[in-house]
Amino acid sequence: MTQVTTPVPVRPDITDPVLPAPAAPRGRRSALVNVLLVLGLLALVGPFVWMLLGSLKSPQEFLRLPPTWLPEAPTLDNYARLFNRLDFPTYFTNSLIVALVVTVANLLFCSMLGYALAKLQFPGRKQLFLLVMATLLVPGSVTLVPLFALMSALDLVNTYGALILPLAAGPFGVFLMRQSMMGLPEELLEAGRVDGASEWYLYSRIALPLSTAALATLGILTFLGTWNSFLWALVAVTDESMFTLPVALATFARGQFQADYGLLMAGSVVIVAPVLVVFIVLQRYFTQGIATTGIKG
Amino acid sequence: MSSAAQTATGGAARQRASAAVARRRRRRRTAVGWGFAAPWTILFVVFLAGPILASLVMSFTDFGLRDLRNPVGTNIIGLDNYVQLLGDPVFLQAAGNTAYFVVAGVPLTLAAGLLAALGLNRAVLRFRTLFRVGYYLPVVTSIVAIAVIWRFLLHPDLGLINLLLGLVQIDGPNWLANPVLAMPAIIAMAVWRNLGFVMVIFLAGLQGVPADLYEASRIDGASTWDEFRYVTWPLLRPTTLFAAVITSIGYLQLFEEPYVMTAGGPLNRTLSVSMYLYEQGFGFLHLGYAAAIAYALFVAIAVLTVLQFRVLRSQT
Repeated sequence: MTQVTTPVPVRPDITDPVLPAPAAPRGRRSALVNVLLVLGLLALVGPFVWMLLGSLKSPQEFLRLPPTWLPEAPTLDNYARLFNRLDFPTYFTNSLIVALVVTVANLLFCSMLGYALAKLQFPGRKQLFLLVMATLLVPGSVTLVPLFALMSALDLVNTYGALILPLAAGPFGVFLMRQSMMGLPEELLEAGRVDGASEWYLYSRIALPLSTAALATLGILTFLGTWNSFLWALVAVTDESMFTLPVALATFARGQFQADYGLLMAGSVVIVAPVLVVFIVLQRYFTQGIATTGIKG
Repeated sequence: MSSAAQTATGGAARQRASAAVARRRRRRRTAVGWGFAAPWTILFVVFLAGPILASLVMSFTDFGLRDLRNPVGTNIIGLDNYVQLLGDPVFLQAAGNTAYFVVAGVPLTLAAGLLAALGLNRAVLRFRTLFRVGYYLPVVTSIVAIAVIWRFLLHPDLGLINLLLGLVQIDGPNWLANPVLAMPAIIAMAVWRNLGFVMVIFLAGLQGVPADLYEASRIDGASTWDEFRYVTWPLLRPTTLFAAVITSIGYLQLFEEPYVMTAGGPLNRTLSVSMYLYEQGFGFLHLGYAAAIAYALFVAIAVLTVLQFRVLRSQT
């Protein structure tokens, strides 16, 4: 799910502490706060560690009472079953294709419209922007039924088209790109127009290169939002060969593998690991994007 | 023809010509502007705006499986779906469960996120980034994966939570199979997953509190609690509103957690409105009825959003 509302003003120095170091009498309290924060960190990261350790345990070790903390004989058997006996390579590929195409589509289409809304004068511009804003808060479930009917009519159920098209042009990307492009200096574009440059040239050679921060934020958030998206994919796809990773994992967790925790933990690792890598490497863009737009990946 | 008249007709011609140029330029600007807008707008109309309206229309019909191939055969049944909804005990149960989840979950998530933000903002910490990343981690991970992990964490015999409770000699219950405890367990998981998001919003809000206000309150001898109560909290009101609205909208659409962890049980105690919509629409193919459920949810979200704006605005 992704949403946007009014931007929260943020200073760029968000990482810096606002307050000077607390005075000496507050020292003990500050130590207590630190201890609580470390406990909180353990509580939030702990389940991921538990997931990783669990994925390395054999089924026999899993059922042992009391449960072991560390795997006694770490094994990749669960992963081997996912990738050899089950069709996880296909689900992984499906997820990757859908997320990549949706991301590229949003970057292109949202930045084009963002440029038009920010820098071009044309009739209907204001109404179009109002329409974009109006749909920002509409919950995804509202479109579920008609979209399914539409995809059935177009014979697109169980295709990449069904998985991609409804996500290819989101309103929040337009909002983000418009805000970013509003900040571009008008003189720069005017100079280009005087020299006879086309609007497409100005957009692709001047506006886009100067909006890389917004594009990066939009790209990362769209990729992760799509990678994790579930409800529409669950509706749009019934054929197992078209499953995305979350649909496959949920189906196995509810069905024949519901007690096979080693397998389910390994499946979770496969969904979570790429996201963790992207997030930790690019975390700067997340918190900036979240703080300025309220987009939730 | 006098020279004056000549100039006049020449002026009119020039005016006409420049009007034509302006018209052409305007037409060109329209074409270029809509050219840039077209790809997004077409996708938007077909796959978002259109379905939003179609959903409303469908909620007044008995649209079902046979109508997928031949929509002409659909009957308009007026408000029947909505009337049926109000008398449907399972829907009312789902609505109550969802309300429970929102009413308990949103304040708890806001409180946890605010505490984390205040702590991180105040504490003298090394590895500040590590903490921000760690606290935010659950927000960016798939809810399905998290629900699978938590189902295992909450397992009565094999789960980490009862294992930890066992260390302090507490015999942990079977959380997800217990009609009273299942929803609180799901709420705890939602707080765990979303507090990082609220924390980032509050951290941004805290940047907007001028440091000299704290200095002034310290000179006046204010305690830490006074400082929070009379300086920080009032100034965080817009941030709180923003976080509350976003969190509520997300929580009203509760789906993945019960779908994966409990399948709505035990005794429908964790069945959410979105899950019931999914079951009715795609289990039984009562698509018109499902559209009505979707619109009821949509209205609830709109009403709650307006309400929050009213309440949190009026308290300034």
